[in-house]
Amino acid sequence: MTLATDAPKDVFRLSMLIYDTRYRSYTIQIAVLVLLLLFLGWITDNTIQNLAERGKDISFNFLWQRAGYDIDQQLIPYTNDSTHGRATVIGILNTLVVAIIGCLLATVIGVVAGVLRLSKNWLVARIMTVYVEVFRNIPVVLWIIVASVFLTETQPQPRDFKVTDEMIMAGEEPKASMLFGAIAITGRSTDIPAPVLSRPLPTLEIATVPVSLSFLAFLAVVVVSVMANRRFLTRVTAVQEETGVRPVTWWKSLLILFGPSIALLIAMGLHLEYPELKGFNFKGGISINHAFSALLVALSLYTGAFIAENVRAGIMAISRGQSEAAFALGLRPGRAMKLVILPQALRVIIPPLISQYLNLTKNTSLGIAVGYLDLRGTLGGITMNQTGREMECMVLMMGIYLVISLIVSSIMNAYNNAVKLRER
Amino acid sequence: MSDSSFVRTQMLPPEVPPLTERGLVRWMRENLFSSVLNTVLTLAGLAFVIYAVAATLPWFLNGVWNAKDIKECREIVLANAGPEATGACWALIRERWHQFLFGFYPADLYWRPVLALGLLLVSLAPLLYYSMRRANLILVGTVSVLTLIALALLAPGAALLVLFAGLFAALTAVAWYAPQKLVWLTLAFPLLAFALLWGGSVWGPIGVAAGFGILALVYSLTKSFLGVVVATGAGVVAAAVWWLMVQTSVTTALHGAIPLGIQAVNSDQFGGFLLAFVIGVTAIGASLPIGILLALGRRSDMMLIKTLCVGFIEFVRGVPLITVLFVATLLLGYFLPPQSNFDLILRVIILVTFFSAAYLAEVIRGGLAALPKGQYEAADALGLDYWQAQRLIIMPQALKVSIPGIVSSFIGLFKDTTLVAFVGLMDPLKGVTTIVRADVAWKGIYWEPYIFVGAIFFAVCFGMSRYSMYLERKLKTDHR
Repeated sequence: MTLATDAPKDVFRLSMLIYDTRYRSYTIQIAVLVLLLLFLGWITDNTIQNLAERGKDISFNFLWQRAGYDIDQQLIPYTNDSTHGRATVIGILNTLVVAIIGCLLATVIGVVAGVLRLSKNWLVARIMTVYVEVFRNIPVVLWIIVASVFLTETQPQPRDFKVTDEMIMAGEEPKASMLFGAIAITGRSTDIPAPVLSRPLPTLEIATVPVSLSFLAFLAVVVVSVMANRRFLTRVTAVQEETGVRPVTWWKSLLILFGPSIALLIAMGLHLEYPELKGFNFKGGISINHAFSALLVALSLYTGAFIAENVRAGIMAISRGQSEAAFALGLRPGRAMKLVILPQALRVIIPPLISQYLNLTKNTSLGIAVGYLDLRGTLGGITMNQTGREMECMVLMMGIYLVISLIVSSIMNAYNNAVKLRER
Repeated sequence: MSDSSFVRTQMLPPEVPPLTERGLVRWMRENLFSSVLNTVLTLAGLAFVIYAVAATLPWFLNGVWNAKDIKECREIVLANAGPEATGACWALIRERWHQFLFGFYPADLYWRPVLALGLLLVSLAPLLYYSMRRANLILVGTVSVLTLIALALLAPGAALLVLFAGLFAALTAVAWYAPQKLVWLTLAFPLLAFALLWGGSVWGPIGVAAGFGILALVYSLTKSFLGVVVATGAGVVAAAVWWLMVQTSVTTALHGAIPLGIQAVNSDQFGGFLLAFVIGVTAIGASLPIGILLALGRRSDMMLIKTLCVGFIEFVRGVPLITVLFVATLLLGYFLPPQSNFDLILRVIILVTFFSAAYLAEVIRGGLAALPKGQYEAADALGLDYWQAQRLIIMPQALKVSIPGIVSSFIGLFKDTTLVAFVGLMDPLKGVTTIVRADVAWKGIYWEPYIFVGAIFFAVCFGMSRYSMYLERKLKTDHR
């Protein structure tokens, strides 16, 4: 008796499209493609009908029309005669400025809080635990609003800073005074001293954006000093490898790093311009509006709490054996941290850190809670309301946010790949 | 040999350690003052704590619960604690707590959201504690008692109260005798909650439920000769036909014949934590399955599916939630057929669900990537098909690994429900608080509403994160 089954006949049956794994994936994909195209067609058709019904078309011409509204925080010149396009650029810059400073602050706060939370000091560890839990478990909008309310509603008005002759005669103190005699926090804005040059280099205008040559010169000097210092250190290392003795470097390094830039700043006449109460408001110095400060403080503290958790997890992920081995090799604690523990902990910390930076960047759009004119406030706010072009503004805004996010994540991923553990 | 030698036959009792090496002193030496740096940190921390307490404690202690406006509040504080004293004005919360919790929901119907919340917690019990009798009983019992107390305080009427007491007693009994059976309540809960919160004719939710019944019926009738895949497809098509074409006319006719129902409540009356819970709970429940599907799609071998999933996930994760909410209010109207207009809350829920699903997909993908390849190969070797392998082998492990991430996504989602204020809904944080603070009687009040709202958010989110830690410990099967 032979046990043989019939070889499957190579005849195509319709049911094989579903039950034969060779064909099934094609069936599914074609079905999905058809459904997708139908869906997109349906949406497009609806959109065309709706636009026609409301008498609208799709056009981005409004970007070149007069905006007609003011923005109180502008990094490049802008007046209400500028175009909607320029207002959008201002919005992008305002978004980026909060995002970048916020990421830096949040990293500092997060690292300090994360390390202190692991400290053996019972009290400090508890305080940091409370900080992390409170900030992580309450919506960030609340922190933004509370920071804003604190600044705008509970701080003194500019007139409270006034010192009149009668008050001096009577020996009365004004109701409010400036911090360190230089910073005035009023209910309207925070005024800080501005660095001013008395003998600046001329300013160029490139594509309607003014570029300060003084700043470029300063930047160039800093870059050159850093490079010179690096060469100097390489040479010192070479000497050390030859003779076994490392020459004393710290004061030479400091001189190379800071000497030239300080000399340049003195040559250009750097001094501080202090804010002063004139009439009903503070004049001079830099006036930081409260929407910006509130957003920045709230986002940094909120994201800092998340980063603290990442840092703590990263340090805890390094096994004790690593630090013990480093000490056994005779490394001092500082060098053990720098050479053994940190490089390993960073690998664990960086990927979640990237997503925290992305979250912070996206959360800057919550400036809506305090009326901060970022990208959402200009393009997705006033411009959209004035021109009535929801479709174009939303598409453009989402596109810009998407591009910012993709750029941040690709930069951070490149860095992540650079420090990644290379296995086999 | 002198016999003056002395050999001790018994051990000396151990000396008490010196004072610096025991008790509180030792603990402080080790934990607070072990080095110069630590001492400095401790003193700084102590100064901070003392400063913070000194600044806020009197304010809390001087709080006034009984006043009709902020002026009266301040007068009472001045009278009680003397000039210069500051005090909280909790009278605001006492007067407006219902707005923070329910928005403009009709006051005589408050029992409906409360009952829905009680049922929600009961129907969560089998999900949170599977078939653990004790835990189920404790949870369901506590929830039943609390809900009944709350309901009694809201006084919906004696007859209803007796009915609810019976209902919760029955549920507690079920939780003790057959905890798994509570899952049926969990499955029915979405429709039950909808019927309770929005009210209106009972035939609408029954019609929706009938659709699922039709799906199951068609599937079981045709499975024997059409096979699983086609039978499921047929069931879905039949249910879709029912929902889209037949249901409305049938339910309208039924309502005409037997007008059963409770008072309808409009969506724009929803607000406060009721709104946050409606959006949060629905989106959490719906986003998990979608997130799992997206994560599987992203790892699929099928080019088209994979591209679609990656594109969707990366797009959603690249834009802020607020822009997505604006899409719900401004653009969705363009994408749908002309004159079609559906509820803003529903639109927001749908978009928030998809938003959260993209984040969940990434978390679950991490869990899937953490599984060793051997698990997939073992599933193949056992002859399991794709869905069987996912259901029995891959997902239980992958989901277990990603619990912390999933729960923190849920917490993030719940916190993000506050953003709906910016599209005109009345969330507890911005929507209600702005209304309350705009009232002339309470003008000048800063911290009290934020502390109240923040405390409730904190309690819910902190509870969720603690539960996730418990679950992680409980499900830990590796021996490290």
